[in-house]
Amino acid sequence: MNERKDVPLRVRLAMLLRLLAVQGSWNYETMVGTGIGFCLEPALRLLPGGARGERYRNALARECEYFNAHPYLCAVAVGALARAELDGEPRERIERFRTALCGPLGALGDRLVWASFLPLSSVAALLAFGLGAGPVVVTLTFLALYNFGHMALRIWGLETGLRRGLSVAQALAAPALQRAPMRLGQLAAALAGMALPLALHRLIGPGRALLGVVLLAVLAAGFALARLRGRVEGWKAAVLVLTGFVLLGVLA
Amino acid sequence: MSPIDVAVVALLGGILGLDTVGFPQAMLSRPIVAATLGGALVGSAEQGLLVGAALELFAIETLPFGASRYPEWGSSSVVGGALLASRPEGEPGSLTFSVLVALVVAWAGGWSMMQLRRFNARRARRRLESLAAGNRRAVMELQLGGLTADLLRGFVLTAVAVSAAFPLQQAVLQQWSLGAPVSRAVVVGVAAGVALGATFKLFHNVPGFAWQFMVGLAAGVLALLAV
Repeated sequence: MNERKDVPLRVRLAMLLRLLAVQGSWNYETMVGTGIGFCLEPALRLLPGGARGERYRNALARECEYFNAHPYLCAVAVGALARAELDGEPRERIERFRTALCGPLGALGDRLVWASFLPLSSVAALLAFGLGAGPVVVTLTFLALYNFGHMALRIWGLETGLRRGLSVAQALAAPALQRAPMRLGQLAAALAGMALPLALHRLIGPGRALLGVVLLAVLAAGFALARLRGRVEGWKAAVLVLTGFVLLGVLA
Repeated sequence: MSPIDVAVVALLGGILGLDTVGFPQAMLSRPIVAATLGGALVGSAEQGLLVGAALELFAIETLPFGASRYPEWGSSSVVGGALLASRPEGEPGSLTFSVLVALVVAWAGGWSMMQLRRFNARRARRRLESLAAGNRRAVMELQLGGLTADLLRGFVLTAVAVSAAFPLQQAVLQQWSLGAPVSRAVVVGVAAGVALGATFKLFHNVPGFAWQFMVGLAAGVLALLAV
């Protein structure tokens, strides 16, 4: 194995910037594979022989193969794979590691970001809206909260991957990280309870005269959708209801 | 809307459509942001925010998991925000129509993203040999080509939607016969119902969900009474 190589700051910044476009060529065959190669490329130029060398070409070819994970946690994979390539780990070991990473990074990212942090940021913005905030405050509340977490996760992932290399799994198993989706979910549930009546009250405007009927309808619709548990998507059902209502509004 | 106005709104739709998956996924494409920006572009950020908040209630249930098909909220919310912002405040039926159009465009956007993924797969297949040889140029072409195609997808989707929806909105609202209270109550009730169902679906497994939600609800109702 070669001596451990430092990754200069400009290369780490280039990787971080490219990570924002990791899904640029997402497709049903290689998934995010080409994107991983694209993000790793600045680090691979540090291999002996540079961008024209055989090790660079072999590594780039390997890193463009099939890969699937949560886009933000791809940063962990990119950092760890860069470290492994620069440390001269054997090809078979890198390929096994690459395959093993997909599942945990996908599962953790989906639970942590899509199912917890994004809804939390969404209900926080709706709460600001319900409390009467204007367009600037509402959009900034959402963007500042969400992107603080989003960018922190990407930066942490890249740095942790670069530092730990093939032993990055220990960092992913940290209790704080594993518990985070549950904690965020609890906070989101409380904020949702707070935001829904306030947002509804502001949105309904001239319809306040019908507030009692609307609240009953909301409870019935929410209960029905909850009972159906994913068999019906609410927004699709809403298209049908609203189409009927618009036709009624025009033809009545 | 003049062709230049359509192009400007479509450019915003393209940029925010690109944010959904391609770059930078900073959730500028969430309805509460995208519709507000769409409304601001047409002259009323406040109206944009109104339709954005309604659409955000629908979007809570969207989980953009990898290969699954989900609504594309970026371009569609720009269309919804622009539509409502072009009408007088409080006009009966205008919020209902804007939300409905945005939901339909979100569905079309989800379909267009699937076509883009197939298009990217065809491009990747044509470059398999170059990729297997570690050709840097092939990687850059795939990545930048995919991003450009995604930007174009959102641009075309928004341009078509805006061009079709503005005249249709004019025709529908001229014929609208229901009063403002019931028009608003129905669309907001439907949106809030979907949001309530989504909250349960997302968090019912979280320990203490019912308590957390009820405590929040009590605080929300108290804040409402205080306001």
